[in-house]
Amino acid sequence: MTMDSRRILVTGLSTYWGGRLAQALEAFPDVEAVIGVDNEEPQVELERTEYVKVGAQHALLRRVVEAAEIDTVVDMRLVTDSSRTTPSKAHENNVIGTMNILAACSGANSPVRKFVFKSSTHYYGCEQDDPAFFDETMVRPHPPRTPIERDIVEAEASVNEFAEKNPGCAVTILRFANVLGPDVRTSHIALFSLPAVPMILGFDPRYQFVHEDDVVHALEHAARQKLPGVYNVAGDGVLALTEVAGLLGKPYAPILPPWGTGLAAAALRRVGVRIPPEALAQLRFGRGVDNRRFKAAGFRYQHTTREAVLKLGEHLRLHPVVRGAREPYRYEREVEEFLRWSPHVKTGREKTRRRAHANGGEPDRVAAAEQRAAAAERAAQRALKQAESAEKRAAEAAQRVEGRAREAAAEPARATGSPVDHYDDLAAEEVIAMLGSLERPALQTLRDYERRNANRARVLAAIDSVISRGETPV
Amino acid sequence: MAEPTRTPLSPHETDPVSAPLVPAADLRRHLPGVEPDRRLNDWGRSERVEGVFDATLVEFFYRYWFRVDVEGIENLPGTGGAMLVSNHSGALPPDATMIAKGIREEHPHPRQLHITVENFFRGYPGFSMLIPKIGCVTAHPANVHRLLYDEEQLVLVFPEGRKGTEKLYRDRYRLRRFGRGGFVEAAMRARAPIVPVCVVGAEEAAPVFAQLGLFKRLTGLLYFPITPTFPHFGLLGMLGYLPAKFKIRFLEPLHFDEEGLHEDKALVQTVAHDIRARIQENLWDMLARRRSVWFG
Repeated sequence: MTMDSRRILVTGLSTYWGGRLAQALEAFPDVEAVIGVDNEEPQVELERTEYVKVGAQHALLRRVVEAAEIDTVVDMRLVTDSSRTTPSKAHENNVIGTMNILAACSGANSPVRKFVFKSSTHYYGCEQDDPAFFDETMVRPHPPRTPIERDIVEAEASVNEFAEKNPGCAVTILRFANVLGPDVRTSHIALFSLPAVPMILGFDPRYQFVHEDDVVHALEHAARQKLPGVYNVAGDGVLALTEVAGLLGKPYAPILPPWGTGLAAAALRRVGVRIPPEALAQLRFGRGVDNRRFKAAGFRYQHTTREAVLKLGEHLRLHPVVRGAREPYRYEREVEEFLRWSPHVKTGREKTRRRAHANGGEPDRVAAAEQRAAAAERAAQRALKQAESAEKRAAEAAQRVEGRAREAAAEPARATGSPVDHYDDLAAEEVIAMLGSLERPALQTLRDYERRNANRARVLAAIDSVISRGETPV
Repeated sequence: MAEPTRTPLSPHETDPVSAPLVPAADLRRHLPGVEPDRRLNDWGRSERVEGVFDATLVEFFYRYWFRVDVEGIENLPGTGGAMLVSNHSGALPPDATMIAKGIREEHPHPRQLHITVENFFRGYPGFSMLIPKIGCVTAHPANVHRLLYDEEQLVLVFPEGRKGTEKLYRDRYRLRRFGRGGFVEAAMRARAPIVPVCVVGAEEAAPVFAQLGLFKRLTGLLYFPITPTFPHFGLLGMLGYLPAKFKIRFLEPLHFDEEGLHEDKALVQTVAHDIRARIQENLWDMLARRRSVWFG
């Protein structure tokens, strides 16, 4: 069953997964708003996702959530690979950060109805007495051994607590197996990129992977469906590490001794081969998970574990040839704001239609664009309604101050007649940025008001151009 | 220009209406399919490695060394999951492999047998690599359930566990305690029949005269037995079996078709006790008929 997921907040927008998910969600016409928050700037090009530079400060986040009436939060920040950052930073992000995000979403009057948490199968750990396939109901048999596993267990515990305290909010936890793919960076991909696959002597662990596209699809599936509960996400099939090496076309090198493995790994780190502790445990015992529950929830994987490995093999062979051919994307705040808000950018209907014609006319995409335009129109109407109520409030305020104002000066209340709250405090640029969200009658009122008061030529010209374009830009 | 990295996210075949939580029983539909290009299955079992062993070592022991006799093979169902419960002995026990080979040779529908082993083998280098490849899985309730219920396979368990293989020659054919009846619980939960199996000959093939606790600790092995060939012939001496005549008897299966039987702990204990008694009785019977240890 679908739940209305129209206004979605993506945390960790600058992470690889945050960017990919935002891109995916943008493409759905019935998603009204995609808002991404992070401390750092996005790493991928986004069409209509709005980026707010805020970390895990719950007071600020709460304001964003309430102001934008967010109904779905997708938490993508969890660090599951300890080679990416320092343990203390990972802990800060994984445990404290998660608590803050949850605090921002909880409470009786919170608009959040759905919370999706991206977790990892590191939750289960790797031990000698593990079952061959972990299912979602199993708890790990031993306390976590590595810092990152400890973080994940703690973070999931606070998500569970949140779910108990907020029964009105559907909480989904997705535990992802190790990810493979051409674009993502993980320590396992780094290991598989070596000339030979390192192994622990005498061990051939079982591995299960998930392709990066399946990860994005899974997150998108969870964000758009109502799936409360925990789900393992991993491709079909569990491979032995020797099999993985064979599929990659690489020899395997049992260079790590079975005893004193940690010491040997520390020595390897000196020569630039980083094997984080949680990967070391996997190299010994491996891990398989039962992915059937998520399949039963309607998800279809596009890649099996084997196919994901084969895809990675293709990429690794191609990578030295095409390396650096593509310029990385860089976020430029001014450009992004111009693209989103300037009335001169011909976005939405016209652009999509033009693109559709250029592609030989794809009816689906035109229809999608049309729907998106309709959604934007609804948003515009809502903005108008807000403007009207603001006007009313301003009028009331004006009446209240009227008595005093009459005594002080005979000047008429300036607030009346203004179509937007605090209009007089806005700079010309801000007014222009706002024009796109107004309907024609409101624009007319605004134009009259501007003429009567500030009479700024730039503003008037911009209003005229929007009116003359004959339709509300999207 | 659109960035080339972005993969098109086609709307996948999800039906928003028919995606409620599916009861556990239906998860069987979602088992991963078989990928024909693979050499290993999801449990890490390798038909190639197994085939090599089967054609050489196991064949030799089965046919010429132990000259295995199998009776009551018709008690083993040809389809569906079933749990085999057997007595256990020997330092590196030959009984499990011989039962597996017996099924492959004698059963009208030869089936693979999954042998449950101690999780010690997963943690010991070398064993860890080899053991899953020849069809052994760690004895974990979840593994047994998945094999019996979801994959409908044959699973061999030794409820005596380590207590069976540790016992000395003078205690031969005396069954140890049958754990806490966990195996009965697993079979009941999976609603799979239990087929008790008796093996005669294994005790004499690999007699254990003593257990050395100190060496066990030093080597990190599961146990450190003194057998006719171990430790003085090294690790290979573990395979130095004496040519005792093997007899394997499959007893009539016990069926558990009702749901929720496993919740009755008293019933579980009773059934475990019954199975133990039946195996013990049949062992006495087989021993009483045996004229010679070496010729049967």
